Amino acid sequence: MLKLDIFLSGLANGLLIGAVYALISLGLTLVYGVLHIINFAHGATLTAAMFAVLIAHSVFGIDPYLAILVLTPLFFGLGYAAQRFVISPASHGDDSNGLLVTLGLSIIIENALLAIFRSDTRSIDVAYAFSTVEIGNLFLSLPRMIAFAGAFAVSLALWLVLARTDTGKAIRAVAKEKAGATLAGIDVDHIYAVTFGLSAACLAIAACLLMPTFLVNPRIGNSFVLVAFTIVVLGGMGSIAGALIGGLFIGVVESLSGLYFGESLGQIGIFLIFILVLLLRPTGLFGARA
Amino acid sequence: MKTAMTQATYWPILLVGAALALLPLVLTTNATLNFLTFAMIITLAAQGWNIIGGFGGQFSFGHAAFFGTGAYAMALLQVRFAINPWLALPLGTALGGCAGGIIGYLSFRARLRGSYFALVTLAFAEILRIVANAWGFTGAAAGVLVPLRLDPVQMQFNDRRIFYWLALLLVVIVLGASRAIMRSRFGAQLIAVRENEDAARALGVNTLVAKLSALIISAAITAAAGALYTQKFLYLDASLAYGSWISVDALLGAIIGGPGTVFGPLIGTIVLLGLGEVTKTLFAQLTGGALPGVDLVAFGVLLIICVAFAPRGVIGAVRGAVGARSATP
Repeated sequence: MLKLDIFLSGLANGLLIGAVYALISLGLTLVYGVLHIINFAHGATLTAAMFAVLIAHSVFGIDPYLAILVLTPLFFGLGYAAQRFVISPASHGDDSNGLLVTLGLSIIIENALLAIFRSDTRSIDVAYAFSTVEIGNLFLSLPRMIAFAGAFAVSLALWLVLARTDTGKAIRAVAKEKAGATLAGIDVDHIYAVTFGLSAACLAIAACLLMPTFLVNPRIGNSFVLVAFTIVVLGGMGSIAGALIGGLFIGVVESLSGLYFGESLGQIGIFLIFILVLLLRPTGLFGARA
Repeated sequence: MKTAMTQATYWPILLVGAALALLPLVLTTNATLNFLTFAMIITLAAQGWNIIGGFGGQFSFGHAAFFGTGAYAMALLQVRFAINPWLALPLGTALGGCAGGIIGYLSFRARLRGSYFALVTLAFAEILRIVANAWGFTGAAAGVLVPLRLDPVQMQFNDRRIFYWLALLLVVIVLGASRAIMRSRFGAQLIAVRENEDAARALGVNTLVAKLSALIISAAITAAAGALYTQKFLYLDASLAYGSWISVDALLGAIIGGPGTVFGPLIGTIVLLGLGEVTKTLFAQLTGGALPGVDLVAFGVLLIICVAFAPRGVIGAVRGAVGARSATP
C-alpha cells in the first residue's frame, strides 16, 4: 500500500512537471514547424524570463502569477524583434546559419546573465510556495498544480490561436507551403517573427508558473531545454499534440526513474530516449514523415 | 609542374609554422606561453571540427564528446594503467576516432543531418558528461589528477616552450593533412556532400562512407587536442572534458576563421581567444573586478556578426576585400 502511494505520488508529480515541460516544448516545436530551424536560444530565453520574474518580484514586488500579464507581451515583443531584426537578417534564409545565429544568441543571453547576476542560485519567497493540496493519500504542491492547469490553459489557447484566428491560419499556411503563402499575399517575414514571439511568450508564462517552486541561475535553462529537445523529438518536430503528450510522458519518466534509480541516472534515461528516437524514428511518434 | 604546384600549396603552411615556432623567443612570459599553448590546443580541436563541419557541412554541436574521450583516455591510461603518455597520446587519439566512428555510424545511417545531427551530437556529449561525472573509474565528480613528474619521458617539461612546440607540431601536421584532404578525391566528395548531398549521391558518391570517414578523422584530431589538454593542465573533470564550452570553442574557431579552409581554424581561434582576453581585461579595468562571462558574450556577438557579414569567415572576408581592391581599376 505504501509502495503504491509512493508510485502514485511519483506519477502525479511527473504529470505536474510534465505539463510545464510541455509548455516549454510548445514554443520549440512551433518554431521548428514553421521556420524549420531548432532555436538553440530557447533555453537561454527561458532563463532570461525566469530572471525577469525574479526582478519583477524582488524589485517591484509583483507576484509571479501577476507578472504573467506584464512579461507575456514583453517577451512576445522581444521574440518578435529577435527574429525580425537579428535572426532573419543574419541567417540569409539558410537553415544552418539559423542554427549558428540562435546558438550565438544563446551564448550572449546566458553569459550576459552570468555577468550581471553571477553564478549564484536564487529563488523568490512567496507565502504559498509550500502550500499543498490533499487528494486521497497524496499531498500535491499547490503552485505545481497551478502550473499544471496554467500550462494546459496556455496550450489550449495556443491551439485556438492556430486553429481559429487569421494569424493562426497564416502561420499554418507558411509552415505548409512558404512559396504558396507568399503568393497568397501573406507577409512571411512577419509570420516568422510572430511565431518566434508566440514561442517566447509561452516561455514567459512557463517562467512565471515555474518560479514559485524552482530555483534560478544563469544556466538553469539548459537543463529544461535538453528535456524540451527530447520531448519535441519524441512528439515529432512541429506537432503540438506531440509536444503535450511527450511532455507529460517525459515528466513521468523523469519522476519515476529519479525515484527508482537516483537523479543522475534518471537524466541519462531521458537522453537515451532522445537518442533512440532520433536514431530509430527521427520523425517522432506524432510527426509527419520527413 | 607537379612539384611546383605542391611547393606552392604547402610552403605557406611551413612558413606559418616557422613563424609561430619563433614566437616564444620573443614572447617569453609564462602567461603568454600558457596562452599560446592553450590557443594551439583549441586550434587543434577546431581543426578537427573543420573536417566534418567545414569540409563536410555537417555541423556538430557536441565535439566535446571527442575532446573529452581523448582527454580522459590520456589521464586514465596514465593513472589507472601506468601507460607512458607518449603512447597514451596516440591511443587517446585512436579512441576518439572510435567514438567518432560509433556516433557517426549511428547518426549518418539514420540519415540525420542539419538540426538533427547537431542535436544528436549534443546529446551524446551530454550523456558522456553525466557518465564521467558519476562513474568511479573516471574519478566521478572529483575528477582525475595526473601526478606531476617533470621529465620529458613523462611528456612534462621544465621549459614551457617545449610543450607549446609539441602542440604547434600537431597543429602544423593537421594543417598539412587538411591541405592534402582538400586536394584529394575524398575532399572533393566531402565538399560535394556539403553543397548538395542528394546530388552527390546521385553522382555516385558514397555519402555515408565519405561523412563517416570525415567524422572519424575529425574526432581523432579533436581527441588529440583533449589529450594535450590533460597533459598541459594535469587535471580533468567531467565539465572540463565533456562540457559544452569546448564544443562551442571548436565550432566558433572554425566558423569565425573560415569553415572549409586550411588556415580558418587557426586564424579563427587566435582571433577568438585574443578577443576574449581583450574583452576580459577591458571590463576588468572598467568595473574594477573580473566579470565572468563577458568574453563569451563577445564570442556570441562575433559569431552572429560572422554569420551575417562574413559567411566565409575572416579568411573569406580578407579574400573578398583583396579581390574587390584588385578588381577596381
